[in-house]
Amino acid sequence: MKTVKVYGPGCKRCEATETLVRDTALKLGIEVDVEKVTDAKSIAMAGVMSTPGLSVDGKLVHAGGVPDAAKLEDWLSA
Amino acid sequence: MSAETHGSIARHGVPEWVWYVGLPVAAGVWWLLYNQLIPFSEWVTSLFPVAPDSHTGEAIAFFVYDVPKVLLLLTGIVFVTGVLRSWFSPEKTRAILAGKREFAGYPLAALLGVFTPFCSCSSVPLFIGFVSAGIPLGVTFSFLIAGPMVGPVGLGLLYALVGWKIATIYLVFGFSIATVAGFVLGRMGLERYLQDWVRELNAGPPADLPDERLTLVDRLKIGLEQVREIVGKVWFWVLAGIGIGAAIHGYVPEEMMLRVMGGEAWWSVPAAVIVGVPMYTNAAGVIPIVEALLGKGAALGTTLAFMMSVIALSLPEMIILKQVLTFRLIGIFLAVVAAGILATGYLFNLIL
Repeated sequence: MKTVKVYGPGCKRCEATETLVRDTALKLGIEVDVEKVTDAKSIAMAGVMSTPGLSVDGKLVHAGGVPDAAKLEDWLSA
Repeated sequence: MSAETHGSIARHGVPEWVWYVGLPVAAGVWWLLYNQLIPFSEWVTSLFPVAPDSHTGEAIAFFVYDVPKVLLLLTGIVFVTGVLRSWFSPEKTRAILAGKREFAGYPLAALLGVFTPFCSCSSVPLFIGFVSAGIPLGVTFSFLIAGPMVGPVGLGLLYALVGWKIATIYLVFGFSIATVAGFVLGRMGLERYLQDWVRELNAGPPADLPDERLTLVDRLKIGLEQVREIVGKVWFWVLAGIGIGAAIHGYVPEEMMLRVMGGEAWWSVPAAVIVGVPMYTNAAGVIPIVEALLGKGAALGTTLAFMMSVIALSLPEMIILKQVLTFRLIGIFLAVVAAGILATGYLFNLIL
């Protein structure tokens, strides 16, 4: 079970990221708990400045755009 | 599963040589199309049953010439900018600015504002990230003003549609306003007008992102992604802007333009700013209007003031920043930047 957080105020790219995370997890057969962090304060506290940002099990792995599908697979299966 | 996911996985599978071959081919096609604009627009205009020198004929000619031209330019500029900006990120910019002395910070922040990729939807986390890393408020403002004010799309279109002289003037003065306005705001000690929670916030250390190594193909992909996203988002504003430009070009009499936007009327510069602020569009939408205004004899200073206030001061941006700034600070920010724009407008109406 992985805990994934998607940081972003709710723009289109943030939603695309969330969908991509869910689809990729499904494809890999990994159980994920996806949480969307939309509050500006919490986003900043996590150290994210360009959204969407992504953390897996508490570790920030990506910021500033929809992540690359292949890299996302690596992060989720690591 | 969404179609988009399939798309991005499939795109990932395109072999590298496709990019290396595709890029020159695309550039060649772009160049061919760009050189066919005049015959193409003349042909399309001739299909309309109106006299070419009538008001309607002039407006149609302007529209059918400018639409493909601006869309081609927009695509090219956004792609090149997207690729260049893949070398920059807000995180890197913050690290550079946080280590600098305040004085060098202003022009540097303005310069980085032009190259750092960021969308207005993340301006709040970006603002907090900068301020909490100890970057002075004024330097942060220089960054935020320069981004839209001297963006490559605006400059590139200005160069292609209006000419290099005016594009250069715009670049120099837009950059100066971003630097000087940031400096003035920094001198005013405005930290107390941030929203309470921002002042009390002690954001964590900058996130330690693993350095994602990008290949050239990755960067080209980012450029293409930018084209898809930005052109998909702004095409409507481009058409609207060109429509307004065409109407001005075809129907507005020159003597009326001279009376309203000529250099003689002292009120024309502030009026241009007041009209410009609530207008929500982007550089690609406003420059065809600028082209038509200048073509009809509008004064350069008044037109520059209009363009700058449309591009650099936008109400939606202010509403987003309301989360971190008090109304008072937003008011001061608007007043300082508007003062810089007014000064530029009056200067050029005076010397030309």
